Amino acid sequence: MTSPGRREIVLVAGLALLLAAPGIAEALGEPFLTSLFTRIVIYALAAASLDLILGYGGLVSFGHGAFFGLGGYVVGILAFHGAEGTAIPFLPGEWAGTTLAVVAWPAAIAAAALFALVIGALSLRTSGIYFIMITLAFAQMLYFFFVSLTLYGGDDGLNLWERSRIPGLDLYDDTTFYYVSLAALLAFLYLAWRIVNARFGMVMRGCKQNERRMRALGFPTYRYRLAAFVLAGAGAGLAGALIANHTEFVGPGLLHWTRSGEIMVMVILGGMGTLAGPVFGAAAYLLAEEFLSRYTEHWLLFLGLFLIFVVLFAKRGIYGWLAGPGARDG
Amino acid sequence: MAEPILEVEALTKRFGALVANDSLSLAVEDGAVHALIGPNGAGKTTAIAQISGELRPDGGRIRFRGRDVTRLPIHRRARLGLARSYQITSLFPDFTALENVALAVQARAGHGFRFWKPARGDAALVVPARDLLARVGLRGRADVPAAELAHGEQRQLEIAMALATTPSLLLLDEPIAGMGRDETGRMVDLLRALRDSVTILLVEHDMDVVFALADRITVLVKGRAIPSGPPAAIRADRRVRDAYLGEEA
Amino acid sequence: MLLFLEQTLNGLQLGVMLFLMAAGLTLVFGIMNMINLAHGSFYMIGAFAAVAATRASGSFALGVVAAVAAAGLVGLATESLVLRGLYRREHLDQVLATFGLILVFNELVSIVWGPQAMFLEIPAALSGTVEILPGAPYPAYRLAIIGAGLAVALFLWALIARTRIGMRIRAGASNREMIGALGVDIGRLYTLVFGLGAMLAGLAGALAGPLLAIEVGMGENILILAFVVIIIGGLGSVRGALIGALLVGLVDTYGRAYLPSGLRAFVDPAVADNMGASLAAMAIYLLMAMVLIWRPRGLFPAHE
Repeated sequence: MTSPGRREIVLVAGLALLLAAPGIAEALGEPFLTSLFTRIVIYALAAASLDLILGYGGLVSFGHGAFFGLGGYVVGILAFHGAEGTAIPFLPGEWAGTTLAVVAWPAAIAAAALFALVIGALSLRTSGIYFIMITLAFAQMLYFFFVSLTLYGGDDGLNLWERSRIPGLDLYDDTTFYYVSLAALLAFLYLAWRIVNARFGMVMRGCKQNERRMRALGFPTYRYRLAAFVLAGAGAGLAGALIANHTEFVGPGLLHWTRSGEIMVMVILGGMGTLAGPVFGAAAYLLAEEFLSRYTEHWLLFLGLFLIFVVLFAKRGIYGWLAGPGARDG
Repeated sequence: MAEPILEVEALTKRFGALVANDSLSLAVEDGAVHALIGPNGAGKTTAIAQISGELRPDGGRIRFRGRDVTRLPIHRRARLGLARSYQITSLFPDFTALENVALAVQARAGHGFRFWKPARGDAALVVPARDLLARVGLRGRADVPAAELAHGEQRQLEIAMALATTPSLLLLDEPIAGMGRDETGRMVDLLRALRDSVTILLVEHDMDVVFALADRITVLVKGRAIPSGPPAAIRADRRVRDAYLGEEA
Repeated sequence: MLLFLEQTLNGLQLGVMLFLMAAGLTLVFGIMNMINLAHGSFYMIGAFAAVAATRASGSFALGVVAAVAAAGLVGLATESLVLRGLYRREHLDQVLATFGLILVFNELVSIVWGPQAMFLEIPAALSGTVEILPGAPYPAYRLAIIGAGLAVALFLWALIARTRIGMRIRAGASNREMIGALGVDIGRLYTLVFGLGAMLAGLAGALAGPLLAIEVGMGENILILAFVVIIIGGLGSVRGALIGALLVGLVDTYGRAYLPSGLRAFVDPAVADNMGASLAAMAIYLLMAMVLIWRPRGLFPAHE
């Protein structure tokens, strides 16, 4: 029936690889690999947060990039004012921002969660293609909003002059930053694992399989979906905070609907409705981007074909293929 | 005589020019098995859909346990004790039979906003779920994904889920549709066994089953109801014979 | 006043282009319940084919024909190879697979024509201006686009309202399960509708050619606008697509023209221009949201 052995092996191997990545990079004499894996881990977090509502909840949200970008911008704006020493214009008081991670990162998460609450509250009243379009519309509105903020670079984006500070850790060190990001990913995955298997998660998964029946049973499905939407937004916000630090840059492109599309592709490539899937998907996408692009600048052609193939014939994705039929709940 | 558990007054539903239910009235006595029968297209499923809350009536009133529920959304009616099983099986295909029923139990128990404790090990959900599965005869099939159950077993699972919400009124929409001889027999026994715990309003085509189970029968013809009566009276009613024979002619 | 007239015509011209895109999209969604993100790629292929054919032959008219043919052929090929497997799938699968198609088409076009943007000249016959009102010259080419778009609208109306095929299309849009039961060859109907939509997109691409930079990725921008149009207009309704497209075209154009200057009355010029530009960009999404609040299924949905 299931192959639990195979799944465990795949998970342990994957985890071991992630833990050992910087060591491997050094052994191979390719330090840029650490940076690449950091990117993978951060996008895996974004993808995992999307998978929570997409794979488990059945909500096709094209606006997830908005929360990702928003988290990044919060960190960026706080750092900008911190570096310039100027007060943040739209907040009361004379707060000159900060680069302290313990302030900036929760702020990013909170901002993303708040927007997810508002956007979700409005969008979840619709379903099907209307839901897709409304989430997309909100993302585009936020995108244009950030493009219009000339103070923060507008279309060109904003450079971070300083990374966030965690006392005792040097976040400029690639290896340290990698492990911090990995910790964030693992923490989110653990949280998601508990949520998905708890009563709340069962309701969400029920909603995906048969929403009509859920309502007939007496569940106020709207509330559950909204809560899941907010949790997913919060996760994406954290990923955004990390990416801002990693690239030392934020731009409106992070919020564009095509970015949401990319994250969705990572989820599906890896295997929707599992927790490990998004990690494999992010790895596959970014590794392809890095290495395939050395052979051909048209690597997206192959990615596109592979994506079509996966959707038509291999819905369980890479993780599903590796771990066998027992690949449930990541 | 006690107040009827369900009172439907002058229920009317139109789809464009088609009048699916035309001023339909019926009353279901508490503790009874009440059958709704009629030729195809008479408006039975439409009536059930309005009683359960899936369709909004264009006119008329629905009273459940004395309370006007005409405008109440589905999940609120479910919470008041009105449960429904579906003509086309409507389960959670990827969940096991046990998980399906546990979810229904959870609906009744409330407390869905729990994020931490694994639901599969939650005795408060699993123990009642196993009981219900046993009651409908699926004890040994608890860990089979619903999509892999046989058709008759899925119908049994449907009933288990409807029962999990401890309803006072159970709406059954063609519970034996698509079943073979043996499966039908099992289902009839199951429904008979349920009589003591829940009032049943059932829509059915199979006359033998209806006459075996029902205390009262309402016949729908072209959206209108021929006044309800016990099986013997309905059998003898001229209008009923005309309606059925007329359709077959 | 003259400026207003000019902006109105610009809005109509944009609207007509959006209609060409939206008509196919709404029929494909209404009848086949299919979300096709690659619709923008047909537009792009049309534009590139137009450029290539016009340069090769020196005739813009030939370019337009080539665009329609190319887009139609690519559309039919896509339908039979990829999309057939998606009709019964859920929307998410369609979104992802057609997103993959966008990637594929973008790269293929880039391989064939290179990454540089290309440009098309406005055909000489239409390069002048027309005086709509005394003292109000307006580019002849843009007027031609409006004319062409309205002609297509008329053609579609005749097709859908007056022919048997059109009847099947209308029936399919309002109840897709029924038409199969009524003995209509669904496969052929789907192929026809899809091909028609692709050809219209290709036409839009060719007509847009002289007005825009023809480059890889040009389809994505107009695709989103087209989806907004069909949501506003109502899924499955060509009439809705026309009204929705004209509405979106006008709102977007007026917004861009008047919001920045309008806001100057309230805030200082630099802020006004910025805020105005961004509000203008958001305007159509706000329009969509407002329409959905008022009419959750759009203005003229084909089926309730």
